[in-house]
Amino acid sequence: MIKTILVAFALAASMSVHAAIETYQFDSPEQEARFRQLGYELRCPKCQNQAIGDSDAEISGDLRAEVYRMLKEGATDAEIKDFMVARYGRYVLYSPPLDKQTLILWFGPAGLLVLGGILVVLRIRQSKKALEEGESQA
Amino acid sequence: MNRLMVWLPLGVFAILVGFFFKGLTLDPREQPSALIGQPVPAFELTDLNTGQLLSREMLPKEPFLLNVWASWCITCQVEHPYLTKLSEQMPVVGLNYKDTETAAKNWLQKLGDPYAMQIFDPSGRLGLDLGVAGAPETFLVDSSGVIHLRIQGEVNDRVFTQKIQPMLEMIQ
Repeated sequence: MIKTILVAFALAASMSVHAAIETYQFDSPEQEARFRQLGYELRCPKCQNQAIGDSDAEISGDLRAEVYRMLKEGATDAEIKDFMVARYGRYVLYSPPLDKQTLILWFGPAGLLVLGGILVVLRIRQSKKALEEGESQA
Repeated sequence: MNRLMVWLPLGVFAILVGFFFKGLTLDPREQPSALIGQPVPAFELTDLNTGQLLSREMLPKEPFLLNVWASWCITCQVEHPYLTKLSEQMPVVGLNYKDTETAAKNWLQKLGDPYAMQIFDPSGRLGLDLGVAGAPETFLVDSSGVIHLRIQGEVNDRVFTQKIQPMLEMIQ
């Protein structure tokens, strides 16, 4: 019995917390999914590393409202992203488009991995060779 | 080959030191504005003090500073005396960002009003179009309304001499 009451209280409390956060009404589940997806992909301009979808910064709330407004007006995801980039620069995109400026960003890690791999292979071959030479001498 | 292997770690280390050293002097909060080289976005907002309708065309026809501020912003209070001093040298246009009329007016009454005009933007619409992430932010705009510089955070003597002054000399 006590358990049930506690659970009921917990539920009630969590609901009121939820209600205090923004409430957006969507036309369709797809629209809501796009809103969430954009919330993941757009970066809060005020924070170092947080998406607008999970940031409490004032500006993130403003940008969420803007995304919502544009979704309601029928804007495409690309249009919304372009709108944000025009104001906040590339910084707002968590997955920046591939071009000259972002080449290192996209291929740098893979390039380093390949480079490291080559070095490791060379190293192994060398020590093998040294070992074989040592054996033939013996 | 063996020689190279011996020196390689040192080389990698040196490159890393180079990057980290550069990183020491970089402020990650400072981002390039997407609006550098772009005109101030069009707007139709009222003047906080006069209630007159303001638009982009009414901005000063000489280089000026566009200062984004709010009464809730602590740093804005800190930079206010310096902006007041600067306003003797060049026009400072205020953009009152996401504020309430009474709070903003009280603030100006208490601390003084050095602003050439005061764009009242309670919804933060113009702020959003300017790519403002928070207050204070200050833009250097030339005589034809094009943005040349964006300062995030306090404007003080150091920021003026190191950033604003050189750019001002270039656009004058």
